[in-house]
This record gives sequence, C-alpha cells and structure tokens, in this order.
Amino acid sequence: MNLDLTPEELAFQAEVRAWLEANVPAEPLPSMDTAEGWALHQEWEAKLAAERLSVVSWPREVGGREASLVEWVIFEEEYYRAGAPGRVSQNGIFLLAPIIFDHGTPEQQARFLPSMATGEKIWAQAWSEPEAGSDLASLRSTAVRDDARGGWVLNGQKTWSSRATFAHWGFGLFRSDPTSEKHAGLTYYLFPLDAEGITVRPIAQLDGEAGFAEIFFDDVFVPDADVLGAVGAGWNVAMSTAGNERGLSLRSPGRFCAAADRLLELWKDRGADAPQVRDAVVDAWIGAQAYRLFTWGTVTRLADGGEMGAAGSVNKVFWSELDIAIHEAGLDLLGADAELLDTPWMDGYVFSLSGPIYAGTNEIQRNIVAERILGLPREPKGPAGKETAK
Amino acid sequence: MKFELTEDQVAFGEAITDLMRASDSVAVARAWASGDTAPGVALWKRLADLGLTALVVPEDEGGLGGTLVDLVVAFEVLGRELAVGPWIESAALAPQLEGEMVTAAAAPLAPYAADAQVARLLSGVAGASHPSIDTTRSLTEVTGADAFDVAALDRAVLACAAQLVGAGERVLADSVTYVKQRKQFGREIGSYQAIKHQLADVRIALDFARPLVLGAALGEIPVSAAKVYASDAAYLAARTGLQVHGAIGYTAEFDLSLWLNRIRALVTAWGTPAYHRGRVLETLTGVAG
Repeated sequence: MNLDLTPEELAFQAEVRAWLEANVPAEPLPSMDTAEGWALHQEWEAKLAAERLSVVSWPREVGGREASLVEWVIFEEEYYRAGAPGRVSQNGIFLLAPIIFDHGTPEQQARFLPSMATGEKIWAQAWSEPEAGSDLASLRSTAVRDDARGGWVLNGQKTWSSRATFAHWGFGLFRSDPTSEKHAGLTYYLFPLDAEGITVRPIAQLDGEAGFAEIFFDDVFVPDADVLGAVGAGWNVAMSTAGNERGLSLRSPGRFCAAADRLLELWKDRGADAPQVRDAVVDAWIGAQAYRLFTWGTVTRLADGGEMGAAGSVNKVFWSELDIAIHEAGLDLLGADAELLDTPWMDGYVFSLSGPIYAGTNEIQRNIVAERILGLPREPKGPAGKETAK
Repeated sequence: MKFELTEDQVAFGEAITDLMRASDSVAVARAWASGDTAPGVALWKRLADLGLTALVVPEDEGGLGGTLVDLVVAFEVLGRELAVGPWIESAALAPQLEGEMVTAAAAPLAPYAADAQVARLLSGVAGASHPSIDTTRSLTEVTGADAFDVAALDRAVLACAAQLVGAGERVLADSVTYVKQRKQFGREIGSYQAIKHQLADVRIALDFARPLVLGAALGEIPVSAAKVYASDAAYLAARTGLQVHGAIGYTAEFDLSLWLNRIRALVTAWGTPAYHRGRVLETLTGVAG
C-alpha cells in the first residue's frame, strides 16, 4: 500500500503545474452564465485544448493525451490548486462524452468529440422535465418517427438544463415508443439548440444568474445520424456510464482540497475574531482529505479493473455535503461580510447548494446506498393508494 | 500508487477474525466484564502468539517488522470482534516482544491506565480504580508515570481510531441484519426511508473513515485527523444503531450494548475529538487551536 507517484506521473504533474502557473488568468473570469463570461470561458477551453489539457484522458485523435486515471486525478488536483476557471464544457466532456465513446458510431465520435474538446461546441444536458425529476423514467417528451425525412420529430419540454442558455448542442432522452412505460421505449437524441422549433428560456437561479434554462421542443426534426445508441435503448445507454469513473460520480478531489486550503488561509486571517468556527474549519479540511484518500482507493480499484457501481452514490453524497460545509465555514469566518454578493465564498456557496440536488438527489443516492450496498429491502413504489409491496 | 491493502494484509486480518470468532470473543468479553478474566487472558495469549503485540517491533529487534498499516488492519479487527485487554498499550503504545499484557497512563491523552487489575503497569504508582461505561474496561489512577514520545502516542491514537472503525462496522452490520428481519406495520423496517437513509449515512461515514486511518498510517495526514473522523463515524454508527434497534438495543443483555459502550469510551479515550481538532489545526497553521 502506497501513495507514491511514478517518475512519469511526477513529470506530468510538474508539466501541468508549470503550464497552469504561467497561464491561469490572474483575475477570476466573469461568470460563465453571462454573455461576456461565456465567451472568455470558451477562449480558456481553446487555450487548454491547444496544450491537450482540456480532456487529458481522451485518445489523441480527438484532442486528448491518453492520460491514465491517476494522471487525470493529478491534473484535476493541479487545476483547482491553481485556481483555474470553471469548466464551461463540463457537461459535455464528463456526462456525454463517455456515452459517445461507448455507444456512438465512429462518424459521431469524429463529428462531435473534437469540437467538444476544444470548447468550440458546448453541450447542455436535457434530462429533467416538469413532471420527471428524481423519477426520470416517467418523462413524457416524445419522439415520433419520420420515415420520409429519415429521422425523428421531437416534442415536449425539458427543464433545469445547465448551460443551455448559451450552449450550442443538447442531449437527452425522449419517449420514442408511445405505448411504452417507464424505462422502456426511450431513445437518446442529440440536437443543436438553434434547430428550428427549439425555444430556450433562461431560468434565473438562486443568485439571479441564468445558469440553467427550460428547453421547449415544437416539432424539432432530428436526423437518424444524431440518435445515440439503439432506438428504444435510451435508458440503458444513458445509465451505462452513470457510474463512469470520469463522470460526476468520481468528482475529482482537487476542487475540495483547494477550497479547504483556502479555508485554512482564511482561518489564519480571521480565526482570531471567530474562534467558534474552529471545529467547522478542521472538519472541512479533514473531510477534503478523506475525499482525496477515498478517491485514491477508488482509482486503485478501477485501475485493477473494478467498477464504480453503487459506490458512486457514496461518493456523491459525501462530496456534495462536504462542498457546502467548506463554504459555510468560510462564510462564518467572514462574519458580517459573508452576505456580500460576488465574493468567491458566496459564489462557491451558492454553487455548492445545487450539489445535493443535481446528478441524482442525495435522497435517491441514499436509497441506492441502502438498497444496493447494505442490501436493505426496496421500498414499495407506485401511485399513492396502490402500493405494490414486493 | 496503490491505495489498497495487500493480499497478505487482508489474510492477516482474516486470521485474527477467525481466531476471535472461534474463541467466541463476545462471551469472553462478557466474562471479562463480570470479573472472570481467565478466558480473556487465554485469548490474549493466542492473539499474542500470532505476533500481535510485537507487530510493529522491527525484525532486527525480534519483532514482526510490520508497518502502521498492518497495525491498523489488526486493530480494526480487534474493534469489530470486541477484543478485551490493554491492546492499545501492549501493541501500539509500548509494543511487547514477549506478548506481555502491559498498561500505562499517558496524560493528558490517557490519564488513567486501562485494565491495571490484570496488566503490568509500566511506570508510576497505581491508585484507585474506577469502572468505565465500557464494562470491559477498568480505569486506574496513576501517579508518577513516565512520559512517552510522540511516535508512541501517535501509534496509540492510530490504533484507537482503527478500533473505532471496526466497532462502527460491527454496529452497522448488526443493525442492517436487524432491520431486515424486524417487521412493523406489516413490513421490514429496513424498507422505510427513515431507517435506510440513516444507515446509508453510517455506511458513507465509515467508508470515508477507513481511508483517513490508512492515510494516517502512511503519514499522509496527522493521526489526530483520523481519530476525529473515526470517532465521529463510529459514534454516528452507535447512535444510529441504537435508534434503529429501538428498546432492545437499550438493554445490557443484548450484545449490541457492548459495542455501543465501547465506542462511547473510545471516542474520548486517547484524546477527545476537541483535543485532536486543536492538534490538527495547530499542525496545519502553526497556530494553537
């Protein structure tokens, strides 16, 4: 058992660190949820991509450098330690790309991945619907076959689509078999957000910024070439990489370790005025270390050919609550200054509040931990009044 | 980079587990608590024969030359199987080549010597003895005890943290078993979210406690950080375990109580969480917490 890096890994770490030191903007970029900030974040992605640092773990022919899982974690640690900008391309590279690698045709891989790697095309997810949140399989948006044009016609409404206000393309599930229920009869579609029939309506978030949006589909045509995976297999296609090691279920520890280190610096400045915050500061730092070490354990297991599985849910509950706790401690240390708008601590805090909700609420995750890891009985599901206990 | 136990370490842990289960370590603990230490002394000898007390003594000094990770592996099992006797003192604080049962006071972390009624006090003069909430432990006042170096104290803290993780795991396992069989309102209570979410939180806490304890064994983080988190995780397991068991868990007769009281004792033994939080902060910032 050891946590030692190989000479190659150390060299990679040094290269990444040096490049970031020389290139990370001195001042934080404006929010990516504004037109100005969006453009600057896209420019930053292009700069990363020019060094093959935007998607280090991808194959070379689509913009990566075939980095190992260990190197990916190293990259992320260095990235957040350097205070580099948030990744505007995150939803594409972490959520969609693994599915394109696994289920996309060679033509789709060649068409979509390079422009995703450079940040030229930014992708937004379109999962939730007004009546389908945690119960995602109850979604109602439809896809109807159009043989004459060789494709599908989408109708319906998606919501809580992060980055959709400014993004170029979207991805999501639609019901392609009107007689189907739940997980069956869904298909995974890709669509440009400026397609005829699509209306994107920004939604102001908790902090007033338009970080997510509703997407309305009114007879939107999608050619067969933009169907991802088999028709009717959308649920399995989407879920096949839900536990993907490079997806949100293995969120890199770098962000939390960097935030905990900033918290310690803040404690040195402000701790004397707020000694009561001591325990929260220590616990935040310990939590970040726990997450880092836990992640190295996961990486070891995955490198040995293991699978993430339900352990991804353990991970998700932990990091999302840790993120909030770190920022709460920071705000407590700031005292009356905490409520000032547009400080890194308040921005980080507001962002952290979404963690326990997106990518599967923490309630759903706890169900998964209890049922799939602890082996507790499934809870009865079904319409109220028609309980169907197994 | 290989942050997982080796096959040898896993096998070592299994060997201790097998030996303790074959010896009915819970019955041994109950006897120990009622004053009959003979079965406990016999089990101690068998574990000492595996080399437990000499585990971290270098090979050239006649020990097993084990690492602190090996120590963590052993103590997690000792916690899970409810070992009795001064293991922290005899295998971590002051490792014994000959398997002797020794004890010591090490104020301020451990101002009382544990189990001095059966173990040799390494230094100082024994005074009055007091019962612990953990009926398998007794606490003896000591005056004039010699001090230990930081490395010895850190080993003891690490062993205590590992024992807490093991005890927490046991409480969780027993609680899961219980809520799968206990029925109320016509269903296993483990099917209710009010129960399963609490137990999920225990699973999550313990899953993050173990890497911290192992990370401390490798010197990646201060042992105090591991003690803080292991205490919190085990204590959450104990509180939750008691709650989901209901009234039966609150009885002395039910074995769960042995682990609940053990955890309560170890949370503050070898440095309270407050003490160790202060120590972590001082290590990180140079400012006394």
